[in-house]
Amino acid sequence: MSPSVPLQEMIRAIRSARTQCEERGVIQRECAAIRAQFRQVDNGARSHNLAKLLYVHMLGYPAHFGQMECVRMIASPRYSEKRVGYLGAMMLLDEKQDASLLITNSIKNDLSHSNQYVQSLALCTLACMGSAEMCRDLAPEIDRLLRASNSYIKKKAALCAVHIVRKVQDLGELFAPAARSLLSEKNHGVLHGAVVLITELCERNPETLERFRKTVPDLVQIMKGLVISGYSPEHDVAGISDPFLQVRILRLLRILGRNNEAASDAMNDLLAQVATNTDSTKTVGNAVLYETVLTVLDIKSESGLRVLAVNILGRFLLNNDRNIRYIAMTSLQRIVGTDHNAVQRHRGTIVDCLKDQDASVKRRALELSLALVSASNIRSMMKELLLFLSSCPPELRAQAASGIFYAAERYAPSQRWHIDTILHVLTTAGGDVRDETVPNLIQLITNASELHCYTVHKLYRALLNDISQQSLVQVACWCIGEYGDLLLRGECQETEPAQVTEDDVLDALETVLQSHMSSPATRGFALTATMKLSTRILDNVDLGHRIRSIVSIYGSCIDVELQQRAVEYNALFRKYDHMSPYTSILSDKNTCLQVCDLLGLLGGSEEPLQPSPAPGLSLNTASTAGGDLLDLLGGLEPTPPAPGQIYTNTHTSHTMTVYEKDGVTLTLSCEKQSDSVLTVTLTASNSTDSDMSSFTLQAAVPKSVQLHMKAPSGDFLPARGAAKVTQMVVLNNPNKVGPQTQSYDALSYDEHQSVRGKVWSIRCKTTNYIREEENHCLISKINKAVAVFNKKLYHFPPPNLAFNSRC
Amino acid sequence: MMRFLLLFSRQGKLRLQKWFTPMSDREKKKIIRDMTTMVLARQPRSCNFLHWKDLKIIYKRYASLYFCLAIESQENELLALEVIHRYVELLDKYFGNVFHHFPPFPFIQYTCVCELDIIFNFEKAYFILDEFLMGGEIQETSKQVVNRCIESSDMLQETMEEYMSKPAF
Repeated sequence: MSPSVPLQEMIRAIRSARTQCEERGVIQRECAAIRAQFRQVDNGARSHNLAKLLYVHMLGYPAHFGQMECVRMIASPRYSEKRVGYLGAMMLLDEKQDASLLITNSIKNDLSHSNQYVQSLALCTLACMGSAEMCRDLAPEIDRLLRASNSYIKKKAALCAVHIVRKVQDLGELFAPAARSLLSEKNHGVLHGAVVLITELCERNPETLERFRKTVPDLVQIMKGLVISGYSPEHDVAGISDPFLQVRILRLLRILGRNNEAASDAMNDLLAQVATNTDSTKTVGNAVLYETVLTVLDIKSESGLRVLAVNILGRFLLNNDRNIRYIAMTSLQRIVGTDHNAVQRHRGTIVDCLKDQDASVKRRALELSLALVSASNIRSMMKELLLFLSSCPPELRAQAASGIFYAAERYAPSQRWHIDTILHVLTTAGGDVRDETVPNLIQLITNASELHCYTVHKLYRALLNDISQQSLVQVACWCIGEYGDLLLRGECQETEPAQVTEDDVLDALETVLQSHMSSPATRGFALTATMKLSTRILDNVDLGHRIRSIVSIYGSCIDVELQQRAVEYNALFRKYDHMSPYTSILSDKNTCLQVCDLLGLLGGSEEPLQPSPAPGLSLNTASTAGGDLLDLLGGLEPTPPAPGQIYTNTHTSHTMTVYEKDGVTLTLSCEKQSDSVLTVTLTASNSTDSDMSSFTLQAAVPKSVQLHMKAPSGDFLPARGAAKVTQMVVLNNPNKVGPQTQSYDALSYDEHQSVRGKVWSIRCKTTNYIREEENHCLISKINKAVAVFNKKLYHFPPPNLAFNSRC
Repeated sequence: MMRFLLLFSRQGKLRLQKWFTPMSDREKKKIIRDMTTMVLARQPRSCNFLHWKDLKIIYKRYASLYFCLAIESQENELLALEVIHRYVELLDKYFGNVFHHFPPFPFIQYTCVCELDIIFNFEKAYFILDEFLMGGEIQETSKQVVNRCIESSDMLQETMEEYMSKPAF
């Protein structure tokens, strides 16, 4: 066939252009010539011009001015012009263009043309770009062609019908009977078209599917013919007879046999035959086997057949060809949910595929490996997965990391293993993990209380190694802030001890703070950790100053978040220092006053409170507030007991001067009579030069306590301590539970470990007279205060931050 | 169903594009860009299957041309490879007898078709494709039938042209 010379000349001219600019010039000239030609009357070169335009269009240049020319060419009586016209219509027109409607009539005429090649052009174009309206218009024509024409046209009409059904689903009913009858044709092209049409109809309409189930025996027959027939030169591909048709029939059988016992039974033999007889040395054979396996796994096949199918996939996994291994893994992925054990047998091969060079194979192997992780193989699988993570391509890292986390969460054999795994992932792929990993990991570490020492040592070492992985650095900073004392203590059973000094730790945190690699969030973590360390490191004053200086630097940081934190931490250091266990060791008068202040913060509880001498000491005293002049809460200057004095329940009597002002001295003396009864003797004396008269003492106690005031010895206080006035008060607390719970000690320094350091130890010393109800009231007040402090300290409150009263 | 078939050179120049679903020009251009980038970036001995959005991309390299076919997720990838191979065989049969250019496709025996044939006779490549595939499905499974049909169509075209170019008297 002679080529189009004008077209070839133009192509040569375009190709010889040396620059893009030159090419554009050539094309512009050609397009101008073509446009001029289009406007002319019919000449013999029209098809060449349109072909040239189509070439220009393929290079990416605009060619919309050729659309009308296409329409005109399609209507031409000449075959050559029709051919190029229809080609142009398929390339330039699509259903969105208005001009496409104009060719509907031409197509209609051509569908009934005497020449089958003209008919085929029309059918092809309709199947390629027919819009819904065109399809509706021409559907009856197509149906007519499906029934009465030669096989060349029938096969094309079948595929045209497929397109129509895709565009306008309702027309499916129209084609169903014709499709049924086409199955008895001998021509492979027509058979193929018929099978495709039936597949399409069944996929879209369940009723049609039911009707076509009756064709299963026919399909099985056709398939058998293909499989066992001898060599047929027309359709043979590498020893397989018409693999395209075979695959299509298998797909239709899959759809018909799904969820249907009878249909599945009818195909069992055939599938077994195909599975065993198909030659699998070439890709063609493997294509047919692949489709067979998919069909077997999808229908209700008998178990022997299923085993055969999975074995075929197993064989595929060992194939040298990468493509075969890829599709084997894709198929195994589909059945890993249902036939888990069968797939587990091939786990070794799948894990080996993780090391394949090809990215597609790696991706499939990763997905399948993650699906195969179970409680029994978690350790070995995790080793492989972590190895994979260190060398995997970057686009798979995020998926691998999240898969590992999920698997670790579900099947972790021990907490330590879990933490180790997460730390490993953070060190290798810290940049690709999701954001919620950090809080999840912190939660996990918090809950594994026996591993705190081990974890903080490991994280500290990881931090020293590398501070570029933000998630890891954040978790490490949090741990150091939280468990810094364990780190400094040095001994740890689970890892080798390392001597870490406080300065080392602060150096590490400072490095994080100052590094350009740290994100603002990480800096926030480091700052908070630094501040928290000031409550852990108690005996080093220089370190305390160093911490304060570090924190105060950030008081003028550009980052608003850091600045706010630094300023608030500084405020805590300055104003609320008394609450810090660090400073209350050096307790002085101010401590007591400020403790009383604190109690004012809490809304002023009525309970009389004793000023607290030192942390961690339980105080058990009787307390009464005597007289309107004596108000322990008012901060009048009660004389605090000497620090270090320990009052225990075992002391039966004890004298204390509770008031000394303007010459009046009042002392209290307590004596325990029994478990719930306490006798307090109040002794007043007067050291001034004048006498005092009408001296009375008044006492107030909480509701839970019964007060019985005995008659005073008198109401006259002579001058210069000549005589004393005494009064006995009996206090009965029937609700006392036992000595060890008598002092309600919230958040004492040594006890509530989880809250340690998060807030300056609020030390409320209450007496044993507080009952349940008052307890709750106090607890809620303290909780509120703690919440305020927590917000200020910006850290993750562990879930169990509530106080527990242990009464 | 197949969604599109693209042929492009090693430099990314498009030689043939067949779209089986309607798409705007912008979308087509974007897909061409994505495909050429993805396929040209692949290593020489890697797997022929790729994932792109919800489609499977099957590509194969023949000499200097990449054949890139996009199929829907329920289709058989290995069969798609066979489809590409069958098309190349058809082109080879058609062009091999007429033109000889270098370099030929090395992986097919006795082949003589090469990229230049497809460049200079692109409309023929389309006609052959339209006899083999239609509406995103395989139309004819026999090589001989396709070849015979193409030849007959060409004969019809020539007859017409000869008829038209004959003098009127």
